Amino acid sequence: MIESVVKTLLYVAPFVVIATFWVMAVRERRAAGDPTARGFFERNGWVVASYLLIAVGLWAVVMVVLPQLTMVDFSFHPKLPPKDYGGPKDHYTLENYHYFIFGSTTERESLNIIHLRAFGLTILASVGVTIFTFFFCYPIAYYMAQVAPPARLRLIMLMLIVPFWVNEILRAFALRILFGTSGLINNVLVALGLVGEPIDFLGLDIGMYTGLAYAYLLLMMFPLYNAIESLDKNQIEAARDLGAPWWHIHAFVVLPFAKPGVASGCTMVFMLSAGALAAPQILGGPNSLWFTPIVYDRFYQAFNWPQGSAYALILLLTCIAFVMAVLRVFKVSLGEITR
Amino acid sequence: MTSRAIFRLMFGFYSLVFFGFLFGPLILMGVTAFNTPTYPQAYPFESFTTQWFADLISDRDLMDGLVNSLIIGAGVVLLAVPVGLAGAIVMTQVYWRARGLYYLLVVSPVLMPGVILGISTVIFWKDVTRVTDAKFFYDGFFLTILGQSTFISAYCMLVFLARLQRFDTAQDDAARDLGATQFQVFRDILLPFLRPAVLSASVLAFLSSFENYNTTTFAILSDKTMVTVLAGRVRQGTTPAISALAVLIIAVTLIGAMIYEVLRRREAARAARAAATASDDVLERLEAPAPGRA
Repeated sequence: MIESVVKTLLYVAPFVVIATFWVMAVRERRAAGDPTARGFFERNGWVVASYLLIAVGLWAVVMVVLPQLTMVDFSFHPKLPPKDYGGPKDHYTLENYHYFIFGSTTERESLNIIHLRAFGLTILASVGVTIFTFFFCYPIAYYMAQVAPPARLRLIMLMLIVPFWVNEILRAFALRILFGTSGLINNVLVALGLVGEPIDFLGLDIGMYTGLAYAYLLLMMFPLYNAIESLDKNQIEAARDLGAPWWHIHAFVVLPFAKPGVASGCTMVFMLSAGALAAPQILGGPNSLWFTPIVYDRFYQAFNWPQGSAYALILLLTCIAFVMAVLRVFKVSLGEITR
Repeated sequence: MTSRAIFRLMFGFYSLVFFGFLFGPLILMGVTAFNTPTYPQAYPFESFTTQWFADLISDRDLMDGLVNSLIIGAGVVLLAVPVGLAGAIVMTQVYWRARGLYYLLVVSPVLMPGVILGISTVIFWKDVTRVTDAKFFYDGFFLTILGQSTFISAYCMLVFLARLQRFDTAQDDAARDLGATQFQVFRDILLPFLRPAVLSASVLAFLSSFENYNTTTFAILSDKTMVTVLAGRVRQGTTPAISALAVLIIAVTLIGAMIYEVLRRREAARAARAAATASDDVLERLEAPAPGRA
């Protein structure tokens, strides 16, 4: 009973929000009393207006909002065979979340160490990858934005974009060849006599971290570049004339100005690393447990879809909370980073 | 040596490392595709072979996957481009109090992990199938097209928004004053104006669909695409045949990317002629979103 009520409310909610805004818009237009103001249908005509409404409704409501809401709802259900859906055994439960913490749907004796550790590690490693890509990209972004002549800038842009067009799997594969026990790096190290035995880069997860940084480098580069590019060169000149050492200029002039770009780049790299699937699957060592492949296994090895949804939701919410917290600390608004 | 020269030298070395990191692995992989050892190996280079390419052609799974990828790519273009266009037009008209929410909503799929988009799409349509009993919805192709389009539509929307910002609304008013209906304005004025953006959005949508893994791997169900087959192979083991495939895919993608670049530049050049300022031209190129960049 309550299940179907909640679900109905869930599905009606988006339409209520749209209707509320629509009514507000109409009332405000009437109150303003501007005779040239036209409503949505008057402005576009029936044909185009219907196309716009259907297309955006399909997208925003049917493709984005409803699936997310369904996933949230689904994660609070037990695992059931299809015939029991909507039956008496179908009720709201926290057992999937319980399992994430305690490793069992009912007991509380021990913690689910493997999953909790993988989760924590994923968040920490994503932070690490984000910080690394920031420092790695910054010099090039600064050079592109403030120093490079236009022809050189065009060339660098092209050189940055080309590898980015190559498939994620193939980029991971390329790194696997490079880092493998009989890969080039090991061959060179052994040939030079630096190490006696090949180093297991993949087993140590070095390959995976490199792969993540490699995959999302450009998502840091472009926001950084865009932000630094709009900084007036005179400000840098002024700082230099006043005797600021070079690192003062970057730390106290360029970076504060480029803060929205930094935030935007960091948000994207962090979110995508935490949700990465290809790099951990291909480059992760046998003992590495990244959280996304665990989510994948909930679905396709444990065949426990509600639990998989719960795990996916935990990941999503943690990422969002984390990003929001960081934005607050750095006093950047969400509007600024999506600009 | 002055400190400035030292600085330049250091920066030169740094860019070498940076671009070495970016291109090195790909070039190495390319070399392994033509080398004879059965484990992908770039050095020592034993002897030149094209055998790995021949192996590919006889690979049924891959070829089936390729066909599926092409079909899905076409489906995504047909869905995401019109939806992105509508999204962009609505963005210019939406009630100002709702604008922030609307923007957040439609851009959020770009930031959301791809796996979550795939999972939620599958769960939602499974539910719809259960309730309506229409088996049609629970199909790998259908779900993949929908799942990928959630974020690819946002890419397309950003492409259209960049161009719409330069649309002169006086044209629209003039046409209407001369008696055009709203539909005629849309068809004869707005769409032709947006034509270059439609082309680049289509290329972008197709390429993004073709190379997508995270969303597809969930949404495709028991079917397969080129990339999911590829991922399976790579996880099983490494053979130079994968390198050979990589060389082919990179070649195809690069051609596609070049077409996209040319289209974008031509559009930028046209805009520069219209606006007649060099600074605008630079701005133009930078504003068109690179894939994955919101």
